Amino acid sequence: MQRHLISAADLTRDDAVLILDTAEEMARVADRPIKKLPTLRGRTIVNLFFEDSTRTRISFEAAEKRLSADVINFTAKGSSVSKGESLKDTAQTLEAMGVDAVVIRHGASGAPYRLANSGWIDAAVINAGDGTHQHPTQALLDAFTMRRRLVGRDAGLGQDLAGRQITIVGDVLHSRVARSNVDLLHTLGAEVTLVAPPTLVPVGVETWPCEVSYDLDSTLAKTDAVMMLRVQRERMNAAFFPTEREYSRRYGLDGDRMARMPEHAIVMHPGPMVRGMEITAEVADSERCTVVEQVANGVSIRMAVLYLLLGGNEPALTHARPPVSHHHPSNERSAHTPSAAEEK
Amino acid sequence: MSKILIRGAKVLGGEPQDVLIDGSLIEAVGTGLSDEGAEVVEADGKVLLPGLVDLHTHLREPGREDSETVLTGTRAAASGGYTAVFAMANTFPVADTAGVVEQVYRLGQEHGYCDVQPIGAVTVGLEGKKLAELGAMHESAASVTVFSDDGKCVDDAVIMRRALEYVKAFGGVVAQHAQEPRLTEGAQMNEGIVSAELGLGGWPAVAEESIIARDVLLAEHVGSRVHICHLSTAGSVEIVRWAKSRGIDVTAEVTPHHLLLTDELVRSYNPVYKVNPPLRTERDVLALREALADGTIDIVATDHAPHPHEDKDCEWAAAAMGMVGLETALSVVQETMVDTGLLTWAGVAERMSFKPAEIGRATGHGRPVSAGEPANLTLVDTEYRGSVDPEGFASRSRNTPYEGRELPGRVTHTWLRGKATLVDGKLT
Repeated sequence: MQRHLISAADLTRDDAVLILDTAEEMARVADRPIKKLPTLRGRTIVNLFFEDSTRTRISFEAAEKRLSADVINFTAKGSSVSKGESLKDTAQTLEAMGVDAVVIRHGASGAPYRLANSGWIDAAVINAGDGTHQHPTQALLDAFTMRRRLVGRDAGLGQDLAGRQITIVGDVLHSRVARSNVDLLHTLGAEVTLVAPPTLVPVGVETWPCEVSYDLDSTLAKTDAVMMLRVQRERMNAAFFPTEREYSRRYGLDGDRMARMPEHAIVMHPGPMVRGMEITAEVADSERCTVVEQVANGVSIRMAVLYLLLGGNEPALTHARPPVSHHHPSNERSAHTPSAAEEK
Repeated sequence: MSKILIRGAKVLGGEPQDVLIDGSLIEAVGTGLSDEGAEVVEADGKVLLPGLVDLHTHLREPGREDSETVLTGTRAAASGGYTAVFAMANTFPVADTAGVVEQVYRLGQEHGYCDVQPIGAVTVGLEGKKLAELGAMHESAASVTVFSDDGKCVDDAVIMRRALEYVKAFGGVVAQHAQEPRLTEGAQMNEGIVSAELGLGGWPAVAEESIIARDVLLAEHVGSRVHICHLSTAGSVEIVRWAKSRGIDVTAEVTPHHLLLTDELVRSYNPVYKVNPPLRTERDVLALREALADGTIDIVATDHAPHPHEDKDCEWAAAAMGMVGLETALSVVQETMVDTGLLTWAGVAERMSFKPAEIGRATGHGRPVSAGEPANLTLVDTEYRGSVDPEGFASRSRNTPYEGRELPGRVTHTWLRGKATLVDGKLT
């Protein structure tokens, strides 16, 4: 794996499977009475949030604390950034304080890439969502959720999502979640179909490794997972679609549509949901909807990413390299991943 | 002023000849001219061109002297082989009155590196609402003939029509920055495959093409001439070609960077590639080269746009748009047009000197290299190859997209009315 996590497109199939497998190990920690590992003790991670995002920040913070890292939360509001300080100066200030990793959420596409590649800082950079570009840990937690539900918690270890049919519905144009998921799901062998009104599909989408459809109903019967994207009401004012009602009639997921999906198929949403817009309460609250599970899985995935990028100890460093073979016997894996012996 | 003999220069790329300068004029062009009483410059096979003329330069003074001044900008111009530059109106205050254009004009004359011909704003404050006093700017000491709201589009069709009509009274021309504003709200780069992937707001080709189509039709309707700034798409080329075939009085410019660079470079998120209009695709680049070769696009103009370091050393969305270009323009044109066989040096002289001077009515510039003409000349070592080092720029700004890139050609000498402004690559 690379030193930074900027884009889901940077991950190889083996990198991604390694992260998912490691996240399963991390998830076991969450099942214990004491949910803490000493792995990143003495390492400092800053959560640098230029955009409001309580859920993503809390998820990273939980992951960092479970790995015993020292956590600094930095939000742009009320900081020197709001007084005109540049990203470069902010980053260098944090670097001077001895930060090992920067988890960055920024409204400008490419800001994490600039942070990682401009020579401003040495710390590892983890993209927690940039503009309408990428949100790689979201894609990873989505893939993790799919693998658990569609392949199995134990059966899934070492496996990818080959041949699974995934449908992503909604505001693709403005969605970093959609971009990250298309990249990662393709890498993992899944077949992705994007569904949206033509106004919310970017010009240039034809080179993406996926299908595009304007008709939700025609895709549902063969889908293994449908991912509903949030659609902001203000898009309506920019003429992306006529009315909220028309949008939900054509592209919203309600009980009738859900009933036409295969029995095993799941409904996903990155949150926050706009109930009544892209998803009805009936669907959101159903057994097939994984929204709450995705949140829990988010912590495990972020633990895995931090663990693999920062490596808390010797075994972790060797683990940070892609494995030679795709399949690990479980005894070999336990030598490299946090075991009960490390727990303090 | 003493005499200067330029010996053995390939005039416009032709057979080596001698050119004798006496005072501010060319006295003779021929072979075996006497060097008696003359300082001799051995051209040794270098190419001699008429002094280059840039119809599109941002000198930033008054208002943004931290990025460029008339002095540093004209030194950069002389360094790049230019003897006249047209200074865009988007300064602070805007060049929308006789007072501002006269100030800029006089600064150019005082410094003496390169003639500065101010461009007047079309509308007050570049706001697109009310015509500026175009006649007063024309009658001022700066005798403005080119008017532009560059940086902004004159998007109101009625204002554009009136401006096109009004400047006919004194032979003026409106230079349009073609950018439909609603289609480019939040635009960060060319809209296409790369923008879709990078998640950057798209600047669609149609936003340029629709304005050009409207404006050539307006120019036809009112019988005016119109100039299109920094044309950047294959579609725009088709529209201008069609308009010319109809006899519409339209001229168009292309920048060196649109002849060389594509939006693939934006994948680096390095704002040094952020420019307006944005870098387009390979297909557009090839169409622009072809159009410049066949005359559909009349001229090369730099759109030299200096910005201080901090405005580029940041995230893409926060960065300023624009690139410096005066000191690399000729090299990029050699790389993309001459070394590819698309243009001869005579063709370069046409597109970087004769024609821009004609469009802007720059008296004394863009003249043939022959006896009796003003000695505005540029000597180019076309055999040179070297990588671009921004530290060596005369411009106050360093925002070049070519840093470290190897480019051919180097201007060694520039003469402005017989006075050397650049000797052996060094400013005087």
